[in-house]
Amino acid sequence: MTITLSVNGAAHTVDATPDTPLLYVLRDDLGLNGAKYGCGLGQCGACTVQLDGKAVFSCVTPLAAVGDRPVRTVEGLGTIARMSALQQAFHDEQAAQCGYCIAGMIMRAQALLDADPHPDEATIRARMQTNLCRCGTHMRILRAIRRVAGAQGVAQ
Amino acid sequence: MHNLVPGIGGPVRTVGAALAGLARRKAVRYGALAIACGAVGALAATWRPAIAPIPVPAPSAFPAAQVARGAELALLGDCAVCHTADGGRPLAGSRPLATPFGTLYSDNLTPDPETGIGHWSAKAFRRAMTEGVSRDGRHLYPALPYEHFTHVGDADLDALYAYLMTRRPVRQVAPPNRLLPPLGFRPLLAGWKLLFLHPGPVPVDPHRSSAWNRGAYLVEGLGHCGGCHTPRNLAGGEDGAHAYAGGVAEGWRAPALDAGNPAAHAWTPDALYTYLHSGISPDHSAAAGPMGPVVESLSQVPEADVRAIATYIAARMAGREVGSGSPRSIDEHGRAASLAPEGATLFAGACAGCHGPGAPMMGQGRPQLGLASSVTDAEPTSAIQAVLRGIEPPVAGRGPRMPPFADSLSDAQVADVLAYVRARYTDRPAWPRLPAAVRDARKESAQP
Repeated sequence: MTITLSVNGAAHTVDATPDTPLLYVLRDDLGLNGAKYGCGLGQCGACTVQLDGKAVFSCVTPLAAVGDRPVRTVEGLGTIARMSALQQAFHDEQAAQCGYCIAGMIMRAQALLDADPHPDEATIRARMQTNLCRCGTHMRILRAIRRVAGAQGVAQ
Repeated sequence: MHNLVPGIGGPVRTVGAALAGLARRKAVRYGALAIACGAVGALAATWRPAIAPIPVPAPSAFPAAQVARGAELALLGDCAVCHTADGGRPLAGSRPLATPFGTLYSDNLTPDPETGIGHWSAKAFRRAMTEGVSRDGRHLYPALPYEHFTHVGDADLDALYAYLMTRRPVRQVAPPNRLLPPLGFRPLLAGWKLLFLHPGPVPVDPHRSSAWNRGAYLVEGLGHCGGCHTPRNLAGGEDGAHAYAGGVAEGWRAPALDAGNPAAHAWTPDALYTYLHSGISPDHSAAAGPMGPVVESLSQVPEADVRAIATYIAARMAGREVGSGSPRSIDEHGRAASLAPEGATLFAGACAGCHGPGAPMMGQGRPQLGLASSVTDAEPTSAIQAVLRGIEPPVAGRGPRMPPFADSLSDAQVADVLAYVRARYTDRPAWPRLPAAVRDARKESAQP
């Protein structure tokens, strides 16, 4: 059946059943390959995107749950030429090793920063707990988030 | 720590002076005088003396075996669960405890002389546990379940004391409690205790096994299981007439542990043992919500104690009517999909990857949804909480982790998917007013 989705500010119409996970449609139908398929069970966070401004696991979010709520993916943040502040911070801290988890990490951190521009360390760690990095760059990821969280007058 | 004894003496003196003034003016009516005298008398009856501070004992003053026993007892009593703040030092207190009467902050149980219990004698500790009175004479709030701890024997209390006094002292003052106005006046607690604090040992039943009696001692005393699993009355006391009829803890249902237990299969002592020490029973489900920290503690205590608890609890559930027949698993996708088609679609995309037939998780022998008490319970509360908040692995990072769906599913969608689950996996009647219950649960989770 035909389903219309709002992704990164644009309406997209796809042919899919309503129980299809959002991740499959983003990657297979819309060519937005930032979000990754990791576990498919909502356990690793590689598929994290924003739904109505909140970070969700797109692998366990069926289209039926999305409805007309806006979806935002890493492709909606910035471009290689014009990175968002958070993307720039991840680049500056060299927070990616293999990079598989990074789009999910960025989208979850961005959701936190949008709701709370200056989260404290405990909040950042608690919020990022659901996203895993198998290379072990968590400390760099945290530094990148701290860079943006503390950018406006908060001690780094 | 402030000493409340002068604080209690103050009002007594003030009332006395007022009475003298009134008498001089001869304008007092005898009724008013009687009430005032009664108030003074009642206030005096609530007074408890301070117990003299002692020099902080050296850790070497306590035998190692006693400290080790105390460590096990502290786990059986879950002391650290309430007395540790999120991310804070163990047993240093300051954890906010939400109650219907306001928010209390747990005290510092480390032997810090200024902010903890460093100056407490064993006698002061025993009194706090059995009578709910602080060393300085203040009444303690019953968030400390002294109506259970009053049943703990002196040897165990002394072992707990030895364990606490040998911890590393942490300097940490709890934030002030935030209570509804009159309840900040602690002498009122004396009245509460008259109603709900019944000291004395747990009676031994000679007709029961030693395991059952040991279980009764642990469950009714240190384990304070009734604190969550027994309903509370308007005064916040446990409703003794309905002991273990099921209660509420942090927005989750603590299921009935009596004949009204909602599990699809009757709990056996073996199944309870497996659940309580590992966090999951293949015949039931995984510990979720506030039960997680309980099984985390019980995973570290001697097997005999967990088996005793299991024996006693299983006996309490004896005589239950539901699900007493031979176990059978229900899976009625067709019926459920026709009753809740939106729920069926959401389940396929959000839940079936783990809970559907043939899912990898099911291949590992994890229990089917219809075996979970949260799904068979008469109230949808715990099932809603599990969907909204997810489940953390109960024991040391092992066991199932369910992601939270609070941000991906709307209230109506959570209600749809649970209506489907209830119809597919149980033969119990549909939950009434499910969407409203989801709204209520979400509001409650949003509170700090």
